[in-house]
Amino acid sequence: MRVTFPHLGNAYIAVESLLRGLGHEPVTPPPTNRRTLERGSFHSPAELCLPFKIALGNMLDGLDQGADCVLMIGGWGPCRLGYYAEIQRLLLEAVGRDVEFITLEVPRGIYSRYWNHFRRLTSGARLGHVLRGARLAWAKLNAVEALENLALQTRPRETQHAMTTQFLKRQLDLVRRAASLKEVEDVLHSARQGFLQLRESGSGQGWPLRLGVVGEIYTVVEPLANLNLEERLGNLGVEVVRTISLAGWVTDHIFKKALGCDITAPLRRLAAGYLRGFVGGHGLETIARSAALAKERVDGIVHILPLSCMPEVVAKGILPAVSRDHQIPVLSLVVDEHTAECGFQTRLEAFVDFVQRRVGQRVGQKQACLPWS
Amino acid sequence: MGSVSTNFVLLDGQGGGSAVLWKKYLRTQGAPLAVLKTGLRLMSESGNWQICGVGATGSGRELAGVVLGADLVKNEITAHAAAALSVDGSVSTILEIGGQDSKLIILRDGVVVDFAMNTVCAAGTGSFLDQQAHRLGISIEEFGALALRSKNPVRIAGRCTVFAESDMVHKQQMGVDIADIAAGLCAAMVRNFLSGLAKGRELLPLIFFQGGVAANAGMRRFFSEALQQPLYVPEHHEVMGAIGAALLAKEAVGGGTRRTRFLGLDKILHSQVTTQVFECGRCPNCCEISEVWRDGAFLASWGARCGRQGRADQSG
Repeated sequence: MRVTFPHLGNAYIAVESLLRGLGHEPVTPPPTNRRTLERGSFHSPAELCLPFKIALGNMLDGLDQGADCVLMIGGWGPCRLGYYAEIQRLLLEAVGRDVEFITLEVPRGIYSRYWNHFRRLTSGARLGHVLRGARLAWAKLNAVEALENLALQTRPRETQHAMTTQFLKRQLDLVRRAASLKEVEDVLHSARQGFLQLRESGSGQGWPLRLGVVGEIYTVVEPLANLNLEERLGNLGVEVVRTISLAGWVTDHIFKKALGCDITAPLRRLAAGYLRGFVGGHGLETIARSAALAKERVDGIVHILPLSCMPEVVAKGILPAVSRDHQIPVLSLVVDEHTAECGFQTRLEAFVDFVQRRVGQRVGQKQACLPWS
Repeated sequence: MGSVSTNFVLLDGQGGGSAVLWKKYLRTQGAPLAVLKTGLRLMSESGNWQICGVGATGSGRELAGVVLGADLVKNEITAHAAAALSVDGSVSTILEIGGQDSKLIILRDGVVVDFAMNTVCAAGTGSFLDQQAHRLGISIEEFGALALRSKNPVRIAGRCTVFAESDMVHKQQMGVDIADIAAGLCAAMVRNFLSGLAKGRELLPLIFFQGGVAANAGMRRFFSEALQQPLYVPEHHEVMGAIGAALLAKEAVGGGTRRTRFLGLDKILHSQVTTQVFECGRCPNCCEISEVWRDGAFLASWGARCGRQGRADQSG
């Protein structure tokens, strides 16, 4: 089958390997841009969230490139993601794109349906190939995130504007082309050195601010949805601390859930006093991670959510209490296809300024602790 | 440089004070470059000034910063807080309503500890009042006085500006006095501001009300009624953002010890600046790039994620 799938940050690099291992031809949609969003929004009900619209745009682009099947993730719980695949299938059908949908989700209820999806995806593939593909995909996913994290650390310290972004792009291309675990490892190894060379030498102007980013997973990970939040913050001299990782999501939501683990237990512990249980999506995670970040050496938290996202609206209502109790500033940003860059940038700049001034008062004590100052 | 107005102030560079020597409030009217020139011309006609430093703020700060050669480009929140603190160091709350944004800034002991800006929706900003005054056929300057005359403000749905407008039309058709409608509108905007930005925040005195909308006596009345305490509207409330930018610029040039990057009045007034916005097609990012040119020579551009062609990087 020629399989297309919606983008989620740079996850396509791993998904391609996975599909090849399964004996399918991956049809990666062209990188997400404004046009993808416009296309997706045009065919979507207005009240659905931004991730739905961008994903639909990706699917349409992928089908244009000759795909005959769509791979999508599903789920269950209060977040609407659970029925997105089905709605997208119907919307595509309505515009004459009657294609097969394979939805990956953790079984609940009718097992035969999952089994059929699974069989459809793995049919005709040799077990050895599948395992090798899966291992390579897993290595690539971890490598992609390692590279992204290195970029987050390098950007606020880079000597020349946008060098980090360009270097990251080249390294991601190399990971994408890597055909073996060894090659992935090599790219990662040389990239570590490369990132170091982009940094200004010496201690420079002291420590950059560190801001944690929490929120709904798609808007946190997908640069088009969050208007390049990580890059914007990096260019303002901020080191972004990610709390959401795709590899972590796969571990929790696919491996652990399939094994019957209760993945919310550690989160509930962290969120104790604020939120007792699962509210869908990443709502509980947002509160739990924010409380955890507050205890780490993080200067502030940026919370990002798509307009009309119920789980994050719950979290948004609770965050002021976390902020007050832990004395940590929180900025909530709501995005949808109408979000204007100008206002977005102003809010970020103002927040960074405000955190900078706040931290500036503590700098005296902080520097006194440094062994070399 | 804001969406509705572009404001100019000259601060005395000498000493630690912040005396306003000259100020001008001009309507941007969608022509930021032209209004920038007009303002500078008026300034040069008002006296023989020596410019030691320049700061730019507002939604057009990047553009203004490039065209003028500003020493500092800063967001509005920081600028407003700096200006208010220069007036009174004990200010604890700043309400600011501008053309596109409304802001609430909370300070304690002279430090910003929290701020909020309208999210998602711009209901209840200056532009809306502007439009509605126009629709009622009264100037925005009279609008506040009119609202003050009202004995019975009507209740107007203020959640959404479009619905507020239909509600207003409806009340007009019912024969409600225009003063009561104007007052109702002010009250709705105050409700909107407080429910949107102030929820869960403690608004302690001293409260400053600044921005163009602070000129509106109706808004002042309903804010102080809702907050049950007096508001303080600073003398130069309509240009507080500009004052803040100027103060921060003064800091940026070390109080005049460092040379300013200002290009000079002559150069700016006698050159032609043009802008161009286009979508870059070099990669699938399709960035929207803005370029600024002076007399056919490239000045700056921004919007490119890859950093190509450089960027107007003067912030911070």
